[in-house]
Amino acid sequence: MQDMGSAGTLISMTVSDLVRRGVSIFDQLELLLPLVNKPIQYVGGELNATLKNWDEVQVRWVLMYPDAYEVGAPNQGVQILYEVINERDDALAERTYAIWPDLEALMREANVPQFTVDGHRPVGDFDIFGLSFATELGYTNMLSALSLASIPLLAADRDDSHPIVVAGGHAAFNPEPIADFIDAAVLGDGEEAVLLITDITRDWKQAGCPGGRAGLLFELAKTGVIYVPALYEVEYLEDGRIQRVTPTAPEVPWRVRKHTLMDLDSWPYPKQPLVPLAETVHERMSVEIFRGCTRGCRFCQAGMITRPVRERSITGIAAMVENGLKKTGYEEVGLLSLSSADHSEIGDIARNLADRYEGSQTALSLPSTRVDAFNVDLANELSRNGRRSGLTFAPEGGSERMRKVINKQVTEEDLIRTVTTAYSAGWRQVKLYFMCGLPTETDEDVLQIAQLARDVIKAGREATGSRDIKCTVSIGGFVPKPHTPFQWAAQLDHETTDSRLAKLRDAIRSDRNYGKAIGIRYHDGKPGIVEGLLSRGDRRVGAVILAAWQDGARFDGWSEHFSYDRWMGAAERALAGQVVDVNWYTTRERMKTEVLPWDHLDSGLDSDWLWEDWQAALDEVAIDDCRWTPCFDCGVCDQMDTEIQVGPTGVTDLPMPKVPDHAPVAERNAQLPN
Amino acid sequence: MARQAPVRDVAPTVQRLRLRYAKRGRLRFSSHRDFQRALERALRRAEIPMAFSAGFSPHPKVSYANSAPTGVASEAEYVEIGVTERCDPAAVRAALDEALPPGLDIVEVVEANTPDFVQRLEASIWQIELPGLGVAEVEIAAQKLMGQGEVTVERLTKNGVRAFDARGPVVLLVVESGPECAILMAVVRHATPSVRPDDVLTALRQVADLVPPAPPRVTRLAQGPLDPVGATVGDPFTPDRAPLAAAKT
Repeated sequence: MQDMGSAGTLISMTVSDLVRRGVSIFDQLELLLPLVNKPIQYVGGELNATLKNWDEVQVRWVLMYPDAYEVGAPNQGVQILYEVINERDDALAERTYAIWPDLEALMREANVPQFTVDGHRPVGDFDIFGLSFATELGYTNMLSALSLASIPLLAADRDDSHPIVVAGGHAAFNPEPIADFIDAAVLGDGEEAVLLITDITRDWKQAGCPGGRAGLLFELAKTGVIYVPALYEVEYLEDGRIQRVTPTAPEVPWRVRKHTLMDLDSWPYPKQPLVPLAETVHERMSVEIFRGCTRGCRFCQAGMITRPVRERSITGIAAMVENGLKKTGYEEVGLLSLSSADHSEIGDIARNLADRYEGSQTALSLPSTRVDAFNVDLANELSRNGRRSGLTFAPEGGSERMRKVINKQVTEEDLIRTVTTAYSAGWRQVKLYFMCGLPTETDEDVLQIAQLARDVIKAGREATGSRDIKCTVSIGGFVPKPHTPFQWAAQLDHETTDSRLAKLRDAIRSDRNYGKAIGIRYHDGKPGIVEGLLSRGDRRVGAVILAAWQDGARFDGWSEHFSYDRWMGAAERALAGQVVDVNWYTTRERMKTEVLPWDHLDSGLDSDWLWEDWQAALDEVAIDDCRWTPCFDCGVCDQMDTEIQVGPTGVTDLPMPKVPDHAPVAERNAQLPN
Repeated sequence: MARQAPVRDVAPTVQRLRLRYAKRGRLRFSSHRDFQRALERALRRAEIPMAFSAGFSPHPKVSYANSAPTGVASEAEYVEIGVTERCDPAAVRAALDEALPPGLDIVEVVEANTPDFVQRLEASIWQIELPGLGVAEVEIAAQKLMGQGEVTVERLTKNGVRAFDARGPVVLLVVESGPECAILMAVVRHATPSVRPDDVLTALRQVADLVPPAPPRVTRLAQGPLDPVGATVGDPFTPDRAPLAAAKT
């Protein structure tokens, strides 16, 4: 029977609430856990996790990061939304992660459904199933979760007894390849979006679920900030290109806008960071020091879709660091953002935090790959008493010409000066990050990486008088992404990528004087083609994802599980009889007039500006960062009614006490007779 | 140009504390490494004045005794820590228990007043619940096993497959009746390699074809000095408590 609410009011319940009871399946799961690898990842029990009573709320979310627990649990986005939802009296949120094949097989055999790690409740019992896609390679894991949850894979086959499936995260800026599997997508910052969806869902349930599932989706779509793919029709030209994308009802807007959270200081989440028992990929606490980036690197989707820059203040950051350390007991804090050395007050932040935590066995880290001496100064400050092992810099392009194309304004002199400073300050190893397969790139551009690495070692040996100088060159394959100036570019085929990388490797290894001091790391070009297919795909790619999943594709971000041949086989079957194929989606350059699959999804970037920036790239012309130079009219602030939020705040010293010398337990002891 | 590790003012250890903790419920699936990370974070959250090692990356002074396998619950796991200021063991117990997730529970803390603590952990009492098995059939199997002088079993360890005697260290094996299961109570002497509950079950399968239809639920109830006469296990904290008790009287 239903419970009475605490205020004595009857909580409104829908018919499906009576069926979907959220009862724990842990007893069934417990029998399987002794048989699988790392069972701890499935039991939850994290410090600061929240478990609310099912019957005391009206809107129930299950949030999924569609990768293994060890990757998903530290994810900041999911942790923030989990907390924002759970702070509401009328809603709850639990979490679920991708299940490894060993447990998946046992669960299918024993009929155990996809479950949450908080309450071990069946995922299918929740109202809303939110998935955060940091990368397209999580799509197949979504299908596994839906299938294990007994939720129909195709949105069209779902009824009122199934959760609403909502996608978010960076990959949701082009959700067309998964349009058949999701009910809705949210672009941009999730904090306010989940609150809005919760409000609308609660009101709809309170009103007796008018119109059923379709009625709720219609209400969501009408807001103009939640994309419901089923309410848009896509028509194609004979040559395979999209003719147009049309809303199917007058109340549904032509374009769906992204969400932008302003004033980060009023959203200091996570306030209760989760501390998993299982070992994860990030064994530290994270504080996001700003959101957005306006450096304008043309390959970078994150930098384009998260504009404008919104800084957290120095005092806001210090308070979050202090609170987080107290709540978690972590011994390391990472100051996160897309380019952390770019915070307008980072020097004062680093000095204050280093002073404050000196002698407390607390490490501070600043993920930044900026190529300048200031970045090295910051790293020195944060490692005052620690080991100086490695520093990473990202020139991204091997040649000066290439760096103009991608708008990475770093000269060779900058790089040499920076690494010399780093080696002189005691850093033993420098890692340089580059990309291969960038637009207009030739073999010569990539071979210049070898020359650059040689110059770095030479300068390092001169600066330190030691031959014990190491440098690692790490190379990633470039994949063109939606909402960037390179969205029109042809992706380099994997054969050329591989042959270019082989030439580079030979050039480095054959160098007698420097070769042994230079390490080289890269992957083959094949996974990039699948990522490219999923990044710039349209709705027809959904059939490829389904076919690949049916053929066993899981955990595609893990090289031991990824199979290029399986994906190509799936594409061949799913796209048979179509005018389009994998090459059409990946290695084909697009024209300005082509309707792109994501054109009806508004990231704020002006399409004409993106095209101009693409042309500027081809002309090898760079543009400056609008944080420090005048606006270059990318369109975001105008269209989204937002603004750049940066310092100075006027605060240079933090008015906070030092960490006490005496810990509370010892203080209590001071009164005890010995 | 390699830098020297900074010369730190390393505060000396003034007191050592021995902790008994339990691993309960779903957290029985935590591994020893999972517990280590959780404990070190809890020590920081509880602001215990930990002693640290010197060097580039100082580590808190914590020593772990033989830990129960992943998936096995325990009421008796032991850890020793070093602190730089004298602490009230009861206050440390409360603060640390509060800072650990429910399911990893600090049962008792005593001041280390004696050496050779690990040597005192001579044997364990294991409670092995066998769902779906009756007392009678387990009783017969247990008697068969105890009737053997030696039963060699194999287990995959980090050094490869090892064969060892799983019968010799079993001091006592009795069967009790539980809800929808038989319960094996085993007193097992610690040896190298250690004979774990799954080794005892392997031995039972080998000598008596006893195959549990469902995964057994195992709990370590005690660890400590072996009383050879009564075939039971004592409290390893007793000698540490003794000077305190003597001082009070």
